[in-house]
Amino acid sequence: MDEKQVNVGVAEYHVTHNPHTLVCFGLGSCVGVALYDKRRRIGGLAHVMLPDSNAISRKGSPGKFADTAIKSMVKEMERLGSQRKDIIAKIAGGACMFHIPGARNPKNVPGPCLGMQIGERNVEAVKKILSELDIPLVAEDTGGNYGRTMRFRVSDGKVTVSSIRHGTKEM
Amino acid sequence: MSSRRELTPLQLDALREVGNIGSGNAAVALSTMVDKKVLLSVPRASLLPLVKVSELVGGAETPVVGVYLHINGDASGSMLLLLEENSARELARLMCPDAGGDELDTVKQSALQETGSILAGSYLNALSQMTGLLLKPTVPGFAMDMAGAIIDFILVEISQSEDHVLVIETEFDVLDRRIKGHLVLFPDLGSLDLILGRLGVSG
Repeated sequence: MDEKQVNVGVAEYHVTHNPHTLVCFGLGSCVGVALYDKRRRIGGLAHVMLPDSNAISRKGSPGKFADTAIKSMVKEMERLGSQRKDIIAKIAGGACMFHIPGARNPKNVPGPCLGMQIGERNVEAVKKILSELDIPLVAEDTGGNYGRTMRFRVSDGKVTVSSIRHGTKEM
Repeated sequence: MSSRRELTPLQLDALREVGNIGSGNAAVALSTMVDKKVLLSVPRASLLPLVKVSELVGGAETPVVGVYLHINGDASGSMLLLLEENSARELARLMCPDAGGDELDTVKQSALQETGSILAGSYLNALSQMTGLLLKPTVPGFAMDMAGAIIDFILVEISQSEDHVLVIETEFDVLDRRIKGHLVLFPDLGSLDLILGRLGVSG
């Protein structure tokens, strides 16, 4: 199978056992979650928007939420032959792009707006789900106030995080 | 409200007209500020799936300046002024001719922030007059980063319970200068019925 690049858009996830590079472009408060089974070279990448599917009455696509995205990816990886104990995780994103003084939040009361807290809450939620599933988080590049692009090479599990103001990191 | 909601051609026309009148007013304000003619594109109004929204502004990794604010009052939503980095530099140069250098320092950043505030204010004023709704912009936030990350942040804010986002977008172009930008209005879907009602095109 040829190596190719797969773009994982907002609220989407992609699992593959081919040597593809999976990419989340422009992560702001969203979190890119890469799961990798080194033994079988199976990988998945999710572009998670929100922390918790249970907090919302109408669900939408599973890739949108930390809990449903990670669980769906694990299930697909297991279907492709992965064992839970072989899966590790690397994450990036969860920034706060704007500070808006006096912004509204979901309940329309003064205080920090949703967008300002959500990056942090996304990262927390992802970590919580990973630890519930016993998946070790081996690397992260999260928080701050800048956007990131995350590239995940499934052939060797390498993750590259690039940003405009803070250069490129490998993890 | 269902995410499968569809808008009739008549309703989309009315929302495009919102874009027309709002950005028309904003263009007059911009034109006065920089003393140049400002051209506007035909506004686009569409209900887009989340994945499609970042495509509106070109590549996800394009360096841009975003000035973003919330709208409170009778109807809610948010508004974004988006400029490619070169356009932002050029506009900042016009706004602060005495500030030297090409760097977008804090003075130029606040000039751009103020520009966003004024454009949004004129846009919303026109919309208020058109609909009789009170629309109050907040103080704007400023970011200089990848276009994708800026859109990503906004999507997270507005798409809590929806998989679609209503976008009313106009492109503007300052004549004789290399300044191009986008003015984008994101009305909350929860306020949509009220707005459509005031425009005389309820479903």
